[in-house]
Amino acid sequence: MRPDGAAGGRRLVGVLRAALPALAFALLLGTIFAQQPRAMSYLGLNLLLNLALPVVLATMAQMLIITLGDLDLSIGAFVSLVTCIGGTVLPAQPVLGMALLLAGIGGYAATGALIGARTLPAIVVTLGLSFVWLGLAVIVLPTPGGLAPGWLSQLMRMRTPIMPLALWASIGVALVVHLALMRSAYGTVVRGMGGNPRAVARAGWSLLRLRVAVYALAGVFGVLSGLALLGLTTSGDANLAGRYTLLSIAAVILGGGEFTGGRVSPSGAVLGALTLTLAASLLTFLNIPPDWQIGVQGGILIAVLGLRAVIERIGRAEALA
Amino acid sequence: MTALARGGLVGRLAARPWAYSYIAAALTWVATVALNGGAGGGALIGAALAFSAFAVLAALGQMLVITLGPGNVDLSIPSTIALSSALSMLVMNEQPGMILPGLLAAVGAGMAVGLFNVALIRLLRIPPIIATLSAGLVVLSVAISFGRGLKIKPPTAFADFAAARLLGVPALALVAVAAMAVAAVVLDRTVTGRAVAAIGQNARAAGFAGIPVERVRMVVYVASAGLAGLTGALLAGFSGGNSLDQGEEYLLLTIAVVVIGGTDVGGGRASVAGVGGAALFMFLLVAMLNTAGAGPGPRMLLTGLIIIAVIAAAGEARA
Repeated sequence: MRPDGAAGGRRLVGVLRAALPALAFALLLGTIFAQQPRAMSYLGLNLLLNLALPVVLATMAQMLIITLGDLDLSIGAFVSLVTCIGGTVLPAQPVLGMALLLAGIGGYAATGALIGARTLPAIVVTLGLSFVWLGLAVIVLPTPGGLAPGWLSQLMRMRTPIMPLALWASIGVALVVHLALMRSAYGTVVRGMGGNPRAVARAGWSLLRLRVAVYALAGVFGVLSGLALLGLTTSGDANLAGRYTLLSIAAVILGGGEFTGGRVSPSGAVLGALTLTLAASLLTFLNIPPDWQIGVQGGILIAVLGLRAVIERIGRAEALA
Repeated sequence: MTALARGGLVGRLAARPWAYSYIAAALTWVATVALNGGAGGGALIGAALAFSAFAVLAALGQMLVITLGPGNVDLSIPSTIALSSALSMLVMNEQPGMILPGLLAAVGAGMAVGLFNVALIRLLRIPPIIATLSAGLVVLSVAISFGRGLKIKPPTAFADFAAARLLGVPALALVAVAAMAVAAVVLDRTVTGRAVAAIGQNARAAGFAGIPVERVRMVVYVASAGLAGLTGALLAGFSGGNSLDQGEEYLLLTIAVVVIGGTDVGGGRASVAGVGGAALFMFLLVAMLNTAGAGPGPRMLLTGLIIIAVIAAAGEARA
């Protein structure tokens, strides 16, 4: 009986849903600032979000794959492999190092081709692929070590004005991916492939070529993530980024993405990645014993997603009213 | 005509996707024995049967979950194994009389994790991957906090059972085969079992057909976690106590075993028999690469490539 009110309510629910990742981020940051006012500074933010950029980049790689309705269980191992190549081959033989990283991107493209050509389940192929990356990483660097190229560590330690580098870079990544995926014609086709592949194929697009392109792009973000991580830690390790696989999936979903239908949000996913990074820092700030830190991280994930469910339930009730 | 077309070896194989896993396991066994100069074949089978039993038990649960359809996967299995192995040792406390209560506690703790998963999936509408992932993180914290520094040996009788052999066959392998038989009968002959496949094929249609979708889903997740709980207790008995990383490898292993065994990743079609073959294959693959003298790096690389090759080949044959 009140169409305007109902529509307004639905819009409010939509806004709330989209703002949830930002709200969660703000809430965590507020808790930290309340607990430790000294964190409210350039240096404090830098300490809190230092490790955010590689997580953000790995999340973008994962999000691209999820856009297609696939899932990448190998991204963590791939990022680790990049740190191993970057810490050993890249400084000694820059050309060979670059060639190896490009070959890694080629490996991602080939995986996309294999999954597309034979209609294989991505979750299992990338599961096997994670062993391949991990094996290669151990061959390149059997024990943790190596040294990042000087330019890389300097780049990651750059002092940017107003906000730390991690935040500027995260905003930049979100903006670029948003424009490419949400605003460009090609990005719309990619999302369409996640929603209705047959319609995209009918419109004359090669699904195989699209999948190869998206996987290659995910590989590019994986390389960038590994290089960023190496620049921060300055040494490589075959197991450095193993947890990125699940972390990146969680960040995409936290940011409002869904596993099916090509429904993703680049800015939300970046905020999701920042929130999860912050959650880890928060636990150290609150003096939560290390044993319970992973558990509380799981709890934060449950809380945010639970909140989203509540908002959506209100939205459905509004729509019915 | 159909009988003729299916009469050939290829046709018969195509109808039985689980057969590939046994063929792959047999080939790997032959290769390993050949690499070893023809010796140790019997001992290798014994070891493979014993170690594969754990993978079979945990993977049977994963198989049920995956059969529920796209998006269904249980990522909390490793944490559940870590929790239940610690809990079982704590309850048994080296007392032979406490073996059964210890086992029940392990299975019960697993089922509680399963209920927690279902609550997250159903009440909070969290996708199963994220729900079981988050639950797994919480459970792992619980396991770490009370399992740390736990140095309780399994009761002698329990450790003996875990290492026992009947006519040369490891007792654990018999447990695994029994579990497979039960799973096959339940899936094939009971209403709930048929409902699992029906939901995996089309959850909406299953709902319209009057299948209590949510209740079946709950049973499946609770069963998966309960099996992981049992696996944890048996692992602790077999390895002389619990350790917190005991479940770690079972995340990827269970998924790989289920899919290589011929279960449809898209859901709707389980392959119980294949779970055994795939578990043997995964163990023998590592044994073969070890025998060939491969270091950890090449071993993982080849494992990955072979998994991808098997999936690509099986996918082709099934298509």
